[in-house]
Parts: sequence; C-alpha cells; structure tokens
Amino acid sequence: MSALFDLLIAPFADFGFMQRALFGSLMLSLGACPVGVFLMLRRLSLAGDAMAHAILPGAAAGFLIFGLDILPMTVGGLLAGAVVALGAGAVSRFTIQREDASMAAFYLISLALGVLLVSLRGSSVDLMHVLFGTVLALDNEALALIGGIVAVTLGCLALFWRALVAECLDPLFLRSVSRLGSPVHFVFLGLVVLNLVGGFQALGTLLSVGLMILPAAAARFWTSRVGSMCVVAVLIGFAACICGLLLSYHASLPSGPAIILSAGVVYLASILLGTRGIARARVAHRHRTA
Amino acid sequence: MLKTIHAILALSVITLTGFATLPAFAEPLKVVASFSIIGDFAKNVGGDRVEIITLVGPDGDAHVYEPKPADAVAMAKADVVLVNGLNFEGFLQRLVDASATRAAVVELTKSIEPIEFKPEFAEEAQEESHEGHAHDEHEGHDHGPLDPHAFQSVPNAKVYVKNIADAFCAADAQGCADYRANADAYSRKLDALDGEIRAAIASIPQAKRVVITSHDAFGYFEHEYGLTFLAPQGVSTEAEPSAADVATLVKQARQDKAAALFVENITNPKLVERIAAEAGIKVGGTLYSDSLSPPGGPAATYIDMMRSNTAEIKGAILGS
Repeated sequence: MSALFDLLIAPFADFGFMQRALFGSLMLSLGACPVGVFLMLRRLSLAGDAMAHAILPGAAAGFLIFGLDILPMTVGGLLAGAVVALGAGAVSRFTIQREDASMAAFYLISLALGVLLVSLRGSSVDLMHVLFGTVLALDNEALALIGGIVAVTLGCLALFWRALVAECLDPLFLRSVSRLGSPVHFVFLGLVVLNLVGGFQALGTLLSVGLMILPAAAARFWTSRVGSMCVVAVLIGFAACICGLLLSYHASLPSGPAIILSAGVVYLASILLGTRGIARARVAHRHRTA
Repeated sequence: MLKTIHAILALSVITLTGFATLPAFAEPLKVVASFSIIGDFAKNVGGDRVEIITLVGPDGDAHVYEPKPADAVAMAKADVVLVNGLNFEGFLQRLVDASATRAAVVELTKSIEPIEFKPEFAEEAQEESHEGHAHDEHEGHDHGPLDPHAFQSVPNAKVYVKNIADAFCAADAQGCADYRANADAYSRKLDALDGEIRAAIASIPQAKRVVITSHDAFGYFEHEYGLTFLAPQGVSTEAEPSAADVATLVKQARQDKAAALFVENITNPKLVERIAAEAGIKVGGTLYSDSLSPPGGPAATYIDMMRSNTAEIKGAILGS
C-alpha cells in the first residue's frame, strides 16, 4: 500500500512543482483535446503541427522586444498564429487553392521568419528553451494563462458546438443554411492557435501539439459520436499527463516527451484494442461475412 | 632544408631579441596571456615594460576557445607565454605547436598544490576533458581529475604573481627590479583582499555557509575559505530536465539547508526560480569563475572579481 503511495501519490504530495505540472497539464488537456477532435474530424491534424511552427516568429519577436515576459510572447504568438490561420483560411476560401497548400505556404514563411528572428539573438537552442518553458517550471502567470485559455476554449466550444459539428461533417450544408460557416471556421482556427500557445508554456517544446492530436486520434477508435469522442479524448489526455509526469519522476525522463509518448502508447493500444480498432473490427467483419 | 630555415630563423630571433634587450626601454616585453585573469595579473606585474595580448578575452570561455590565426601570430612573436596549466586551456598545446614560438611557455600553477574535483563534479569534468582537453591527466577511478581553477583562492593568486615575476625576470633581466617591486605591491593588495574575503565569510553564520552552484570552478575558494558549494546533480546543461532531476535538487537544497542558488548553466531561468521557490532559497546573481567581465563590468579586474563574487554570495545568503 505504501509502495503504491510512493509510486503514485508521493511525487505530487512532496513537491509543489509536480502539483503545478499536473494541474497545468490537466487543464491544458481539458481545452486542447476537444479542439484536437475537431481538427482530426476536419482532416486538419497536420495543420496543428504547421500552426505550432507558425507561432514561432510572434513569440520570438515578443521576446526580442520585451524580454522574457509571458504576456508579449503569448500575444506575439497569437498574432502570428492568427495571421497564418486567417491568411491560409482566406486563401482557401476565396481562391482556387486548397487549405493544405495555403497552410503549408503560410506556415513555411512564418517558420523561416521565426528562425531568422531567433538566430538574430544568437544561440538558437537557448532561445527555443526560453520561448517554450517547461512543464516543471510553471509559475502563477503561466497557470493563469492556461486557465484563461481553457475557459475561452470551453466557452467557444459550447457556444458554437452545433455549427462546429455541422462544419466538420458537411461544410457546404452549413454554408447553405447559415451565415455562420466562414466565421465558425475562423473561430475554430483561433482556438487551435490559442491552445497551441498555451501548450508551449506548459509542455516546453513543439511537442505540445501532440497533446492536442494524439488523444483525439486515439479516441476515434473508441466511439463514433463527436460528444463522447471529446470526453474520451480528454480522459486519455488526463491519463497521458499523469503517466508522463510519473514516468519523468521515477525514470528520470524529460517530462514533455514523456507525456506525449504516454499519449502515443495509448494511441497505439487503441489501434489494436479499441472498439473500432483492428481486433474488434476484424471480429465484427468475420461475423458479418459468416 | 626546413630544419635549416628554422635554425636560421631561430638564430635571427635570438640575435634580434639580444639586440632588443640591450637598450633600457627600447622594446616592451611581448607577453601572451592565455585568458583574461592571467592578463590582469601580468599587467599588474609588468606595468609599462610589457605589452600584453590576452587570447581569451573577458566573458570568454577558455575551456572551449577556438584559436584564431591572429592568436598564432601573437604567439609566434611573443617573448613570454603565460598559461594557467593543469589542462585549463585545452586549445593551447595545438596553438604553441602551430605557431612554432620560441617563447618560454610558463605554467603559472607550478608549485601550487592542486586539488581534485569533488566527486559530484568529477564526472562532468571528465566529460569536459574528454571533449575539450588535449591531454587528460585523469588517473584511476578513485582519483578525480585535477581542478585547474587555482586562481579562485587568493593565496594561490599570489603564487601566480610570483611565477609571473620570475618569468619576466628570466626574459628581461634589466627590468627585474621593477617587476619584483610591482609584484610586491600587488601582493600586498592581494593580502588585503584575502583579509576582506575572510572577514566577509566570517560574518556569515557557520550553518548557512552552503550554496548551490552548477559551476565546477569554486573548489579552491571552498577549500580556502570554508564555504560549501553543492552541485546540482543531473541538472546541468541538458536541454530538457526530468522531474526526477528537479526533485533531487530540491531535496538536496532542503536537506543541506543551502542558503542560495547560483545556477547559470540551466538555460531556463523560470526553472531556476521554481527550484529556489520550492526549496525556500534565493537565486543569486552572477558569479565570475573563469574570466573577467568587460571593462566597466562588476569584475573587470581580478580583485574586483573576487570582491564581486564574495559580495554576491554573502548578499544571497544573508538575503540583503
């Protein structure tokens, strides 16, 4: 019993930074995982990764001008992300080019600009760590930021739920029955950027996009309803955060990658064992043919 | 053929230097100092009679310095080359070979009793020496490599100064009296500095003389002045720390009741602040270990550097 306590509870009971890491990453999962579900359903999973890179120049510019202050870096990141998201979205809506190409073009421009800014400061490695924090060093400011982001995300999701679901399943239908089509798309991209910026503060590296996509992708193997998929994704995100932090503590692994890899393990297990995964689907298939 | 040319060159150098030393103040003695602290010592001993070129300047790191062609030129023209020794300057042997200098290369740590790196630093220092140092004097398992930062103790600094005066006298006999007088005057200043540091440390309660630093450069300071420097294990220059590393450091700080934290190698300042807040200790300012600050900085000379370090440590511990 006490061994179990040492294994699971003691790390969080003994150290404040572990409590903060847990609290911050759980909050982040709450906001990012549902957003990830919608990204996945809209076949924009890789766009999350692209957006993560697109944020770099804004955050770097904020750091270069205002120094190591969480607010300018966050605002900078949001602006850069918004420009890329809106630019790519607008190009795909108003020209013949599809969203994947316009997104790739905008994020590459943004990324190059970011690398340029980072290099101006000198050693790029150092600035990358300064920009992206670590889950083990969450201060009150960072926690407040993540909390705010989660609140905004959940609020927007609740408000635009029906429109978002409709956009995912049949965007042309939504545009034909409602003027909300384009605005909802942009609100959604805004949420993606917001959660990625929060993720940088919490998870440290560009890996933060993993907490958005992996639980959502894993949840897809367990349910087909959007609502329950969001719930399952959040639960998987929670589990990944707890496992990752405990792994980082007991096996002395870097915490960011440990969390994302935990989510990755859940994803792989879900492919095999999920109710809509390989094993069950094959069984069901055999029944049908038999 | 090459040998003959070298011999001719050597002869001409000898004759030229022979001529140069004849008139009293014709040519300053050309001195190459390997890094900024030695350059400062040499300036104080040599005064106007010497012209000093410092290879690794202020805020530079002599461990990982890459010599430039201009350094080889300076080295080739030098009359005296002053180095720290104990494998401090990894780049030096290559440079001496490449420049084919005829100058005497003087190791200033000679006749100083070297101490070993503390075990917790030894591993890191070994890695360092495998990477950067041409010659590794690491011998056996229970002996750590030798700590080259001997100048961090003021009594050792006086040995440096004496060795510099000896080297200058050997190269320029006419100026010997000046060099000795300068060295004596500077040594008296160092004595005063030594007393200052001891008084400052004495004003810190015995139980609170514990500091955490990731620098492995303060072994001699610790040895001389009775302060304990703890090493943060695991958390050094690694990019992504693990929760275990941070927890170990926090535990260590709590158990040993360290009073202040000087950790500059951790690239993320927020992490340092977090650790300090968790362990209930303060984050100190900058400690200068291997080089001076640029002119106008808090550690522009050796004496300023030792004063600044002592004040930082005392201030951080006493919380002023």
